[in-house]
Amino acid sequence: MRIEVNGEPRQIAATTVATALAELGWGEARVATALNGDFLPAARREAQVLHDGDRLEILAPMQGG
Amino acid sequence: MRGFYGVTLPSGLMLGTAQYPSPAVLQAAFADSGASVATVSLRREAGQGQAFWDIIRALGVHVLPNTAGCHSAREAVTTARMAREVFETNWIKLEVIGHADTLQPDPFGLLEAAETLAAEGFEVFPYTTEDQVLAQRLLDAGCRVLMPWGAPIGSGRGLNNPYGLRTLRAAFPDVPMVIDAGLGLPSQAAAAIEMGFDAVLLNTAVAQAGNPAVMARAFGLAVQAGVLARDADPMEPRDMAAPSTPLIGKAWL
Repeated sequence: MRIEVNGEPRQIAATTVATALAELGWGEARVATALNGDFLPAARREAQVLHDGDRLEILAPMQGG
Repeated sequence: MRGFYGVTLPSGLMLGTAQYPSPAVLQAAFADSGASVATVSLRREAGQGQAFWDIIRALGVHVLPNTAGCHSAREAVTTARMAREVFETNWIKLEVIGHADTLQPDPFGLLEAAETLAAEGFEVFPYTTEDQVLAQRLLDAGCRVLMPWGAPIGSGRGLNNPYGLRTLRAAFPDVPMVIDAGLGLPSQAAAAIEMGFDAVLLNTAVAQAGNPAVMARAFGLAVQAGVLARDADPMEPRDMAAPSTPLIGKAWL
């Protein structure tokens, strides 16, 4: 399926957010996720099914003022 | 110092973590200044996020995530929810930017986001102006801290409206307040603390200085000087001169 990850189109085999994170190499990383503009808590990633065209944001700690 | 959501900070200096020449300089700035809070953000993971988080944790200070760059309440609320999960804190520096050039807060979006977040148990540090009406509305929404700007973010202009800030400070004597943004020099930080503000939050003034660690130390000392001066009950200014050396006993020459 084709989804958008952090603004970039990606082809993935995974069907849930949790498996997508693992497939994309962020399985163990300390990240927060948003799906189609809404916050998706870590506890819901396993059950959250992905659909073609979904927009997934994967955010990590970064420098800030 | 007034407490921030029940937390008494050892120092009234809060430092940003952006724009330093290297992680080592960032660490030196925190160590040499005694800053007690580090502001951080969330951005699209590009590979450096995990290492950065390790550096921040090693600083041993309180972490204050921000919603920098958000231009709508919705965006800021979503970012805050994500930040709470990643940083494991209810603290959020709430920025809802209203104008791209001045980076001044959008008071309407700010209030809307503050209401939502306070209701969800967030401990909101709203980046606001010196506007007293907005301040009251933010307090009504559940904010227990206010962060009025000194001047626009990154401008280094200091306390742009001392009268307005002094009035705001006097209007809400029990509310912890941080001067957030616009400071360029330690003397401006000292002035803010002397004025009765509990802390200052700055980033660019330290990170973009030629020697960030030394500038951070100067800010730390300035905050300490401000606290000492305020506690020492300063004299009132007066319009006329008053000789400090006694006139009695002066020679007839």
